[in-house]
Amino acid sequence: MPDGTGRPRAAVQAVNCPNCGAATAVRTFGHAVNVVCQSCRSILDAKDPGVTILQKYKEAVPVDPLIPLGTRGTIPGWQPAFEVVGFQVRQILVDEVAYRWREYLLFNPYHGFRYLTEYGGHWNVVATLRSLPDGDHLPGDSGIRTYQGQDYRHFQTATATTVFVLGEFPWQVRVGDQVAVVDYVAPSQLLSAEVNADKEVTWSLGVYAKGKDIWSGLSMPGQPPVVEGVFADQPSPYQGVSGRMWRQAALLMALAAIVWIAHLFTARQQQAFRQALVYNPPSTQDASLVTPVFELDGRASAVQVETASNLANQWMDVGYALINNDTGQAFEFAEDLSYYNGVDGGEAWSEGSPAASFTLPSVPAGRYFLRIEPEGERTGKPVGYTVTVVRDVATSVWFLGALMLIVLPPLMTSFRAAAFERRRWQESDHATGKSSDTDKDDDDE
Amino acid sequence: MTKASGSCPNCGAPLEYRWSSSVQTVCEYCQSLVVRTDVDLKKVGVVADLPLDASPIQLLTEGHYGDKHFIVAGRILYEYEHGTWNEWHIVLDGGRDGWLSDAQNEFAVSFPVEVSNLPSPEQATLGRSFSWNNTRFTVVSRTRAHYAGVEGELPFEYWDKTDVTFVDLRSARMDFATLDYSDDTPVLYIGTLVDFDELRLTNVRTFEGW
Repeated sequence: MPDGTGRPRAAVQAVNCPNCGAATAVRTFGHAVNVVCQSCRSILDAKDPGVTILQKYKEAVPVDPLIPLGTRGTIPGWQPAFEVVGFQVRQILVDEVAYRWREYLLFNPYHGFRYLTEYGGHWNVVATLRSLPDGDHLPGDSGIRTYQGQDYRHFQTATATTVFVLGEFPWQVRVGDQVAVVDYVAPSQLLSAEVNADKEVTWSLGVYAKGKDIWSGLSMPGQPPVVEGVFADQPSPYQGVSGRMWRQAALLMALAAIVWIAHLFTARQQQAFRQALVYNPPSTQDASLVTPVFELDGRASAVQVETASNLANQWMDVGYALINNDTGQAFEFAEDLSYYNGVDGGEAWSEGSPAASFTLPSVPAGRYFLRIEPEGERTGKPVGYTVTVVRDVATSVWFLGALMLIVLPPLMTSFRAAAFERRRWQESDHATGKSSDTDKDDDDE
Repeated sequence: MTKASGSCPNCGAPLEYRWSSSVQTVCEYCQSLVVRTDVDLKKVGVVADLPLDASPIQLLTEGHYGDKHFIVAGRILYEYEHGTWNEWHIVLDGGRDGWLSDAQNEFAVSFPVEVSNLPSPEQATLGRSFSWNNTRFTVVSRTRAHYAGVEGELPFEYWDKTDVTFVDLRSARMDFATLDYSDDTPVLYIGTLVDFDELRLTNVRTFEGW
């Protein structure tokens, strides 16, 4: 360059296939090592001026990349434009079932190479790492790898085989190439190591991307492929949500507790009615009776009906109805009493209780009476009992109900989050049964 | 920067050294490889045309390493079984020289460092770690390569080498190191991996369609 203006502009070149004669454009300038003939799919040596065939195409059914070679645009996470220059399909065998995924090689003459991977409509934008994860540079069998302060959990170790190639590559590529692939995940990121036969390791980091973002960045027509299942590094839709919900629930529970405690302190516990009665099981055919009318005043609040008896070694069930004298509105409930005691081998014992109570959580003010229907053993002794009605009694029913309602939504979300994580790890080497660490992320933050 | 100058012993064209410590240069007109011996310039060979390569960098590209400005004065193009990479000889303001390597657009700036007891090629196996400058480096690749071409000014005579071993090392951060076994005594280069944007390059090469 005599004038110092630099080397001549690098020009796009083409190679002619010695097998079929078709010309194929080389888009990566001097980077291309192998180019696949766009017509007959033979793999050609791009570095050889005469161009030799390195491998002829054998597979019966060619795979059409969803994103055509030559497509240029932006990819999530990177500013400059990249162009799709290569495509390969790789597969792994798990229990003799082949899983295939697609890899697109993208190029920018200043910023180099990036990759897009797609499996079941799930996309990852991948770049090779320039710094190493902590610890040994070989992936090994460790369950956790740390890179730049982030922990990644081992997901899968498998042998990936290249089954189809198209376009050009800055490295030697053949159908049948095999590498060991070790994946670690920290959704939405996938840390991968590829180990070739020479034990040379290439670490890369994939970032999960949505199909629609890939499609819009590359100005692709139509729709991206439909998403199937849960992918290794797919971010959980519940990530952070259940944690947030639990924090909100804790706040609501605290509020409910404050209201509850205030209620406990302000409840009047006022006796509204009391009557002593006797029930004689053998003599009385119909023991039903009604009490005089009494007043329940104030706002609608809880009412407690207590039954205290001198019951001994028998049982008695008391059916109650609290009936509004003016409207006829009735609250029906029953209290079962049974009390047995004695001395057995010198030790006193007892079972049950001669008293019982029932709380109606909300009874409006008004004039009420009780209808009482005691029932007991035919052969039983007469039982004396006292019925007490207490107005505005302290009750925890509302509080317990509120707790259930507050806890239910975050509980459901946690269950769904756990189910999502189970589906993720079901696809890994650590599927249920193989390892117990699958539940560790249930309480995702 | 002090500039030495002379004329090409082969074709008589003017030669200008952009860097005072340059030992050799390639005549921009007749591709003669010229070695400087302070007084006379001696022609030692002719370099072949450089093979096609795709580095966005070229002679006289300027850039920054941190806040230090540099200019590209020369390069060595290496060839290995999987392709090629470039070692661009850069001269920083103030005269310090270093290397900007470009392997498939992965850029690293490094400088030779004086370290004794460097491992032999046999010791520097894949995955092994060494500590230099308080940094733990791990061997990530071992490459047998030979020079495929030189261009511009270089700080040493370098034109007739056969296959030699290069060992690349990385750290958990962006540190980069190379063990160069070209000579009997290994040479260690230490530096950092840098982003294209971080280099803030000007006068870069242009590419058709980009």
